[in-house]
Amino acid sequence: MTLTVTDLTIARGGIPVLQGVNLVLRPGAALVLRGSNGIGKTTLLRTLAGLQPPVCGTIRGADETIAYAGHFDGIKPTLTVSENLTFWASVFGANGIQPALDAFDLQQLAMRPAGSLSAGQKRRLALSRLLVTGRPIWVLDEPTVSLDVAAVSMFAAAVRAHLAGGGSALIATHIDLGLSAEVLDLGRFRAKTRPVADFDGDFL
Amino acid sequence: MIALLLRDLKLAFRAGGGFGLGLAFFLILTVLVPFSVGPQSSLLSSIAPGVLWLGALLACLLSLDRLLALDWEDGSLDLLATAPVPLESVVTIKALAHWLTTGLPLVLVAPLLGVLLNLPVAGFFWLVISLLLGTPALSVIGTFGAALTVGLKRGGLLLSLLVLPLYVPTLIFGAEVARRGAAGMETTTPLLMLAGITAAVIALLPFASAAVLRVNLR
Amino acid sequence: MTISAKANAIWAYANPKKFLAASERVLPFFWISSGLCLVVGLTWGFFFTPDDYRQGSTVKIIYLHVPAALLAINTWFMMLVASLIWLIRRHHVSVLAARAAAPVGVVMTVIALVTGAIWGQPMWGTWWAWDPRLTSFLILFLFYLGYIALWEAIENPDAAADLTSVLCLVGSVFAVLSRYAVNFWNQGLHQGASVMRIEAVTGADTQEKVSNVFFFPLLICIVGFVLLFVALVLYRTGTEIRARRFRALLARERAGA
Repeated sequence: MTLTVTDLTIARGGIPVLQGVNLVLRPGAALVLRGSNGIGKTTLLRTLAGLQPPVCGTIRGADETIAYAGHFDGIKPTLTVSENLTFWASVFGANGIQPALDAFDLQQLAMRPAGSLSAGQKRRLALSRLLVTGRPIWVLDEPTVSLDVAAVSMFAAAVRAHLAGGGSALIATHIDLGLSAEVLDLGRFRAKTRPVADFDGDFL
Repeated sequence: MIALLLRDLKLAFRAGGGFGLGLAFFLILTVLVPFSVGPQSSLLSSIAPGVLWLGALLACLLSLDRLLALDWEDGSLDLLATAPVPLESVVTIKALAHWLTTGLPLVLVAPLLGVLLNLPVAGFFWLVISLLLGTPALSVIGTFGAALTVGLKRGGLLLSLLVLPLYVPTLIFGAEVARRGAAGMETTTPLLMLAGITAAVIALLPFASAAVLRVNLR
Repeated sequence: MTISAKANAIWAYANPKKFLAASERVLPFFWISSGLCLVVGLTWGFFFTPDDYRQGSTVKIIYLHVPAALLAINTWFMMLVASLIWLIRRHHVSVLAARAAAPVGVVMTVIALVTGAIWGQPMWGTWWAWDPRLTSFLILFLFYLGYIALWEAIENPDAAADLTSVLCLVGSVFAVLSRYAVNFWNQGLHQGASVMRIEAVTGADTQEKVSNVFFFPLLICIVGFVLLFVALVLYRTGTEIRARRFRALLARERAGA
């Protein structure tokens, strides 16, 4: 499944942040997004995941193909690690949780309540959810926050395995994951004026 | 779908899930009523159906601000919105889970509290029936209110302000059934109206809840 | 969207700038004519109509009570239509007009309730009774409060517009439901709406009519109130548009364009 984004303009709080974004993400490829704080990385990723509508432009190939992992882990502290994963596995109606537990070394923690995990362990649990969704395109927003070196390489291995299996990944990150990935700097798409008639443009 | 329901039930029953808070509130409210209006049993038995209905309604309201806000705060709602489940079903299931953990227990303890308030014998049956039919509507309407206020820092008070006026028809017909039943009068008309409101609300309101939830997620 | 707006003349005023220019041109007319109507209608009503044989001079509060009550309901109706237009056609002016109308509706509801209480005291011997009509107005008041509170609580103007519009829609259904519920719950003291009935105007209905002597000044008062409502909503919508414009300008400044 190829993700194609054409001439996309996105807004945060009714104010356009990025315009004219074009990108193509083919199966087996990874794309790393760079850009200063506030440039609109999160907004772009949320738009691709279908959580907010674009101002204009088209997104093709994103329908029920994207597994999104944002800033928040989406973990219920009173459920155990395996309960958390099992829940998402059955919501997405996909794979079993065993491969996910193995990939992120969560086997020892499986029966612990998620609330007792450290921040890095929680992050690993959140990332392992990507595997149980069975979705081909991973859209990741700063996935390595609070991960230690070992966990980062665990994550990079999981991404490589995903790519080798024909999946693709769009990652907003500032650290080098050692992937052979294209890098896209969002700085050149920064919205310059506000010509967008649909939003506040009418009022100027 | 079933998984979401089971998860919500599990979360409610485990530590810190808040199960039982509504029940305790209902109990305390019922105990406080005689302190404020006096202990005459004739007075209590005449106001019992209304007081119990109001108590159940307020107890339902109590847990609404956690209904969606917790999932919103920890990012689960984002993930559910990208999952292959329509948001309309998500809010319906959430409302169902809320009813099973809040509304249904209230229905079950209401007769016990009716004893405390000298509810006439004929009233018990109609009290339970009216609550059984009415509380699902309270949960569904409450879910709509929770979806409206989910992104707000201090949404709790606003939630009450928005939801309570929407509770008026359900309260009127529900309490009317209980009151007429206790007085040994005909209950068919208000009972049908109550059932109609509940059915219509369950059928239509999830669409509005999902729509406002989408607005709040973006 | 912009193309269809241009194609149809009335939608041209959905453009904030055009709306501002047009409303500024017509506003003086509305202010002056509503002022004239209210002065003439209220003076006529208060000083040049006979006292009612049953109700005495208290009947004269009708010149405030009836127009306010009419507007209290119709303001909500106008907000409903404006919200629908926003949800369907995404015209900002429409939803800002709904926002601008809400406080006017609240004031009208309060006027109707207060004048009703003042009128009801000598007539029914009580300031307040849980009569269906009175109760419905009280519930309407709560709906207005919720709508306004939701607008105030949300920072993002477009999200606020969407959420309040859906609330207005859902609220309308529940307001109608409440009206029937309240009717069922208590049959009341209040007379039926008697101003607009043909019999009342022609004087054929002798039971609960509002006779001609009262009717003409009342009609002028109603017209005055409606004109005042239009003037207030236009004026307040202008204020809302300027506030949004200010916000848009600030955003452009921050973006460093």
